[in-house]
Amino acid sequence: MEIVLVLLIGILYASGIFMLLRRSMVKLLIGLTLLGNGANLLIFLLGGITKGKPPVIDTAAKLFTDVYADPVPQALILTAIVISFGLQAFAIVLLKRVYVLVNSDDLDDLNTPEEEDI
Amino acid sequence: MTDNTLIFPVLVHLFTAIVTLFFWRKTVSQRVISIMGSVVAMGVSIELFAKVWTGGILTLQAAGWDAPFGISFVADVFSSSMVLLTSFSGFAVSLYSATGVARGRMLYGYFPIFHFLLMGLNGAFLTGDIFNLYVWFEVIIIASFVLMTLGGRKAQIEGSVKYMAMNILASTFFLTGIGILYGITGTLNMADLSLKIGALENRKLVDITAIFFVIGFGIKSAVFPLYFWLPSSYHTPPSAVAAVFGGLLTKVGIYALFRIFTLIFIPDDFLSTLLIVLAIFTILTGTFGAVIKNNIRRVFSYLIVCHIGFMIGGLGMYSEIALTGALFYLFHDILVKTNSFLIAGLIRKLRGTMNMDKLGGLYAEYPLLSLLMAIVLFSLVGIPPLSGFWPKIYLFEAGFMDHHYLLIGAIIIGSFATLYVITNLWAKVFWKDQTTATGEELLTDDFKPMTRFRKALLVTPIAFLAAITLYIGLGAENITLVVQHIAREMKDPSPYVEAVLGTNVSP
Repeated sequence: MEIVLVLLIGILYASGIFMLLRRSMVKLLIGLTLLGNGANLLIFLLGGITKGKPPVIDTAAKLFTDVYADPVPQALILTAIVISFGLQAFAIVLLKRVYVLVNSDDLDDLNTPEEEDI
Repeated sequence: MTDNTLIFPVLVHLFTAIVTLFFWRKTVSQRVISIMGSVVAMGVSIELFAKVWTGGILTLQAAGWDAPFGISFVADVFSSSMVLLTSFSGFAVSLYSATGVARGRMLYGYFPIFHFLLMGLNGAFLTGDIFNLYVWFEVIIIASFVLMTLGGRKAQIEGSVKYMAMNILASTFFLTGIGILYGITGTLNMADLSLKIGALENRKLVDITAIFFVIGFGIKSAVFPLYFWLPSSYHTPPSAVAAVFGGLLTKVGIYALFRIFTLIFIPDDFLSTLLIVLAIFTILTGTFGAVIKNNIRRVFSYLIVCHIGFMIGGLGMYSEIALTGALFYLFHDILVKTNSFLIAGLIRKLRGTMNMDKLGGLYAEYPLLSLLMAIVLFSLVGIPPLSGFWPKIYLFEAGFMDHHYLLIGAIIIGSFATLYVITNLWAKVFWKDQTTATGEELLTDDFKPMTRFRKALLVTPIAFLAAITLYIGLGAENITLVVQHIAREMKDPSPYVEAVLGTNVSP
């Protein structure tokens, strides 16, 4: 199980970085999304995977008698997903706006020389 | 010692932001509320600093969960002085914004977002939990995205794309670092991490993890190979926004670097060399960029990069004297960089341009105002006895003691280039006659027709920050006391760790 996740995280990071290095703005966005997902899975993996042992302890039990899943990584991932969702929503709107203003998807076209500003 | 005062700087800004939201279309009320909120925040920050300075480190365990399990908030002298400086800058900028920001921007929520940004900054300075630090960073960047794009002019939007992409990338690296850190230690509390990482056998693994933090915070604070987004975006938003960004946003990255690399990852030979090499290149590239630029705000943007190198170099040397110098520089830099962008905005108001070739004759027309600006610009250069001079003595002393001659060379080049750039700016903007012979239309003066009250609103914040800068320069012995105290705490973080963990472990 772990090895699959390790490979998946590697692929997500590699393809994310590759997409970031492209000139297209949409690919930039896809790259950021892939990287974010890779980071979330990484936290999940490094938090330790415990199968079928929810982090809920019997009310009668006074002591930990078994290995339970760690709830912290899941809380972290949940927070990170919500945050990256917000950031990506903003990024999509921003890139849409750029497309309307510049009429191009190429990052190299973002060089309007403007010396005068408020 | 548990104390709720600790969280007030965050709450005051949250409250101000929410109240301004209720006055969505009423820009006058928003301005008044924003200024009042900033004054209250300043009072609370002064109180917090005084408490920490006299009574020692304050902690607050969120919802009463004990230290390594819950989220801790910690105010040591470093955090509380950063909060104090943020409140000074925040007050100046909110005063300046009252006339310096166009009404159209205020109608779309300039003030609420501005206070959310300050809330994020204060939160980042006060938190003692590394994942919580990540969350505060996200609060900061989402607020800064909005401030950056608000107004929606073409250049601004283009600058925002670079800013947005690099900042999200930085956050992802930071998150990756946190993930690995949690994997190897099983904790997120910074004090607890300090103990667990210190006890770890596998130092190579620690170094690799540290690199993720160098990259993450390096992008945010514009360190050498990762600084390109800064000069291509900071000249685009309104000057009030650029002032907060230039003064505080890069410095929160520096704060995080100092915190992480003195508490969790103690610089060993490898990290120390890495930071020093990065510092040298940061100083040099920033320098070369500043020398060739002609737009005032672009010049200041490159100077930010250059001076970030001084602080990273001080952290890399990691001796008590070096840290003292770097921290002193950090304190001075926050106020001076905020102020220099405000000045750039004022020059834009006076002349309608920021191009140094088109400017001129400001000294003849506004002698007193020019003298005020001179204080700030000369502090930036570090002409003795102004504030930029003292930290360099410490940095040189530390460099000679530990034989980091290349870094000393870079700092000397950086200082001379700053001197050259500012002299050049002074000659072109203030002394040279204004040339209008190029056939262009006469430049507009938005400043003269203003009422006295509006003029005062523009000049007072600059004078306020200049006065504090003067105090840092002339009252350097008091500032030295504070920074030496912080440097000692950084070299020996056990009081911090004890304050977070110790008092809560015992019943």
